[in-house]
Amino acid sequence: MTTQTAQPTQAAAAPARRRVPWARFGPLVVLVVFLALPYCGLKIPGVFDSPVNKPGTLQLLALCLVFGALAMGYDLLFGRTGMLSFGHALYFAAGVYGTDMLVTKAGYGLWTAILLAVVGTATLAALLGAIALRTGGIAFAMVTLAFAQVAAITIGRNPGGATGGEEGLPMATERVPGYLVGVANTVNLYWLAVGVVVITVLVVHAIADSPAGRVLAAVRDDERRVGVLGLDPYRYRLFAFTVAGGLAGLAGAMYALLIGGATPHIAASDQTLTLLVMVVLGGPGTRWGPLIGGFLFTYLDYRLVALGDSDAVAGLPGVLRGPLSQPLFILGTVFILAVYFFPGGLAGLRTRLGPLARWIPERR
Amino acid sequence: MSTVVLLTLTGLGLAALYFLVASGLALVFGLADVLNFAHGLFLSVGAYGTWWASDHLPGAGPSGWGFVLAVVFGVVCGTVVAALVELVLIRPLYRRTIEQVLVTVGLSLAGVALLQASWGSDPKPYPRPQWTQQLTSIAGARVPNDRFLLIGAAVAVLAGLLAFLKYTRIGLVIRAGVEDRSMVTALGIDVRRAFTLVFAIGGAAAALAGALGGVYAGSISPTGGSSLLIFGFIVVVIGGMGSVTGAAYAAVAVGLLQQFVNYNWSGLGDICVVALLAVVLLVRPQGITGKVATS
Repeated sequence: MTTQTAQPTQAAAAPARRRVPWARFGPLVVLVVFLALPYCGLKIPGVFDSPVNKPGTLQLLALCLVFGALAMGYDLLFGRTGMLSFGHALYFAAGVYGTDMLVTKAGYGLWTAILLAVVGTATLAALLGAIALRTGGIAFAMVTLAFAQVAAITIGRNPGGATGGEEGLPMATERVPGYLVGVANTVNLYWLAVGVVVITVLVVHAIADSPAGRVLAAVRDDERRVGVLGLDPYRYRLFAFTVAGGLAGLAGAMYALLIGGATPHIAASDQTLTLLVMVVLGGPGTRWGPLIGGFLFTYLDYRLVALGDSDAVAGLPGVLRGPLSQPLFILGTVFILAVYFFPGGLAGLRTRLGPLARWIPERR
Repeated sequence: MSTVVLLTLTGLGLAALYFLVASGLALVFGLADVLNFAHGLFLSVGAYGTWWASDHLPGAGPSGWGFVLAVVFGVVCGTVVAALVELVLIRPLYRRTIEQVLVTVGLSLAGVALLQASWGSDPKPYPRPQWTQQLTSIAGARVPNDRFLLIGAAVAVLAGLLAFLKYTRIGLVIRAGVEDRSMVTALGIDVRRAFTLVFAIGGAAAALAGALGGVYAGSISPTGGSSLLIFGFIVVVIGGMGSVTGAAYAAVAVGLLQQFVNYNWSGLGDICVVALLAVVLLVRPQGITGKVATS
């Protein structure tokens, strides 16, 4: 009996010791794999329509990466500081439209435009955050939602022809460097998107591991206690809000490049709601969960459209066919189920399934 | 003068819509602390229920008593959906506020997608009784009749809600629960029973807003509920969360402000409404009436 119980403990301890280098180098390995993907000519049926190194696939992957980065930045607010912002789409849209307008309307070079857009977005986040953070909890959620709604309405109204209104604003490609323009150069955009993810991950992890990051976690867990310790929760919240805004601006700039312009739907309130879904599905407040959540959500959102058009679904009776052709219906349902049954998201799956996995060999 | 009358009545009509959405939101939030993103779905269900009934339900139609029957059908649909949502989805997450918000968010996404799957994403022409399109002259202004319909419905709902809250036992429990839920629980009353009722009432009001909003706008679409919902949220915050009378005052203020500013400076009305929200939150965070909004 004693030997039987001792064995699994040893077996569990050994991989734990070996997992340390894996945890350190795993992300690097994944990064190298992602950087090398454009050299991979494999065709993976069912996962991608075309071979991995074709522009269509790379475009989809880059889009997934951009939303992974966006979700990661949003998690700095939601998962790590406990702020339920419903207006994050505003800062994403500010990055998209800021870059686009600076290049197309104001005639700046691309890199200057991106830098200005990111700094401008962070400043905007600091200003609006300073007002919104005077409230807390649910009121904060509503105020941020209202701010974002104003931005969405303004973009739709097309003031002075600046935003292009409902049609959106295609980016003037003549001021974008040649190696980033055209279908043949999608691979460069893809690498740039990987770069955006790397920057976002470095910034978020640097903050999370710093003393300031620990204060942010403390603000999330027990705000009053942070105040008692003599620290001002308001300042730390505003700091997180500003950084998250800047990161959203960066993701937005990348999105504008990738799509080749801006469309008004990115500023809609639904955008923030899907962002929330991404983070919760991935695992709020975890190291990699939001990134994985954003990546997978975007991938599924695109692929489920293909599923809805496929023969398998077309053969179903009408009652099933309609809902299954709507990606958001499937993802929304999965999300509700996840809130009930997997509160930690994907990142929490390992710890939740861990006891189960150890339990099975023991029974045998 | 005639312009002022027209703008006032149109603003009040808009305020009536906002109030119908916000009253349910305010009660649900005040009592159960649920920020209900699925409220826009109840509104769409009401609108689509009425639209469907006017074509398919025997006895219902686009005019006269047939239209009343269609609206009743839409309101019943909204009420049933709201009560089911509370019983099946919200109740198991009692006291876990964030999870409740997340579930309503998922529900709003999935619900809109389901409506799109069933009837397409294009706007549908909405059945409107002939008399709502006719004009009535008041002080030289020619005002479409649907404004009066909206205002009348909102006033009736307001009076009914206030009477219900004031003169019935369950209304007393709800009022006490909004003020101090733990005290009511400590007195041995199960507040959660009131939750379902409040959700159903809110759903009914939202469905009515959807049905009458269709008359006002002339067409309905699956996403139509979400923009009204955001103004509903703003009205709830300005009015003081949990207060029905506060929501009524705030709805009138928001509706009139939006109409008058939009008439003089096109497009600025929505921005002014949000500016009003910011000012109210900075000067008086608890809203026009009572209950503190910063929690």
